[in-house]
Amino acid sequence: MGFFDYLKSILKIFQIKKTVRLGLYGPVNAGKSSLANKISLDWLGEEMSEVSKIPHETREIKVKEKVKIRSSGKELDFNLIDTPGIATKVDYEDFLKYKLSKSEAKKRAKEATQGVIEAIKWLENVDCVLVVLDATENPYDQVNVTIIGNLAARNIPVLIVANKIDLKSANIKRIESAFPQYNVVGVSALKGTNIENFYKELFRTVR
Amino acid sequence: MLRLQIIPHSEVANLTSESKISKVLRIAKNNRIILLEGRLSPEEETLLIERTMSNIDRRFKGIEICSIGDSETRDLVKRIKRGLAQFLLGVGASGMTIIGPASIIKEIKRDPDKIELLTKNVK
Ligand SMILES: Nc1nc2c(ncn2[C@@H]2O[C@H](COP(=O)(O)OP(=O)(O)OP(=O)(O)O)[C@@H](O)[C@H]2O)c(=O)[nH]1
Ligand SMILES: [Mg+2]
Repeated sequence: MGFFDYLKSILKIFQIKKTVRLGLYGPVNAGKSSLANKISLDWLGEEMSEVSKIPHETREIKVKEKVKIRSSGKELDFNLIDTPGIATKVDYEDFLKYKLSKSEAKKRAKEATQGVIEAIKWLENVDCVLVVLDATENPYDQVNVTIIGNLAARNIPVLIVANKIDLKSANIKRIESAFPQYNVVGVSALKGTNIENFYKELFRTVR
Repeated sequence: MLRLQIIPHSEVANLTSESKISKVLRIAKNNRIILLEGRLSPEEETLLIERTMSNIDRRFKGIEICSIGDSETRDLVKRIKRGLAQFLLGVGASGMTIIGPASIIKEIKRDPDKIELLTKNVK
């Protein structure tokens, strides 16, 4: 390797270090896009993803580049990567109850399956991950275990976000006891509850 | 009628991840519930999800999956890591994995201490 190649590779390392590629992963409907929107709105003044109560709203990776976040007296650049929710099954008939036509539902299902595959492929392209879980749901779900286990095997730092704490049945404790060696921070992406604390935990996780 | 197929560890121990996953998927697509001795590694689990997604069509809607391990720890990630270590050391398998077609299994409910398999009405 010549001197300039060497120099280039060093520069490359610095470039990668400069911007944190932050992936938002999790099961369908947990609020990944809502949280991505909240972060993007807080620091760029604009939202980045579509949100819907219909599952599999995000079916393609959405990236928002150069999001400068300040917290705890530090400043970091992030690329926010909103991913399609991960599922082990997709049935177009589940979409019919949301008043989608049969052909719309089938199209959505097809795109959803491709979205899941894309989300998994993108695990290669992230430096840090927010695993977004719906705190009203049972955390002992295989999809959660698979995502977190996979990130652990890749040594990617993880912050678990227990979302929807504005809802009565939200249970952060249950998530903490399912994943005891992870930091868990409760938020409401919808209402913005505890978001300052979330940024603090994010910076601790990135380090 | 529910059909159950048990796969002992010895039957998959020497397979590559890819062929292990194909085997499991083939059985699930054949409308059987699989009881696999041992657990899949995190990489194999994501591979299974990817392959499941590309196999979904008019008839096959995907899978339900649940792996269960030793009962002394509620810590899921620790369980996975231990499973992986055992896998790498080749000391056989602990725990087990239930995989079934989503058309038959409505839900696998897991609490730390128990597993409930809810099936749909199968014609
Ligand atoms: N009550 C409450 N609802 C929320 C919160 N965050 C998201 N939601 C709702 O949950 C639903 C799903 O939100 P999304 O942000 O689209 O979820 P997602 O994880 O991106 O979903 P997919 O892209 O389909 O995987 C929407 O109806 C949101 O309004 C929250 O903090 N509290
Ligand atoms: Mg989304």
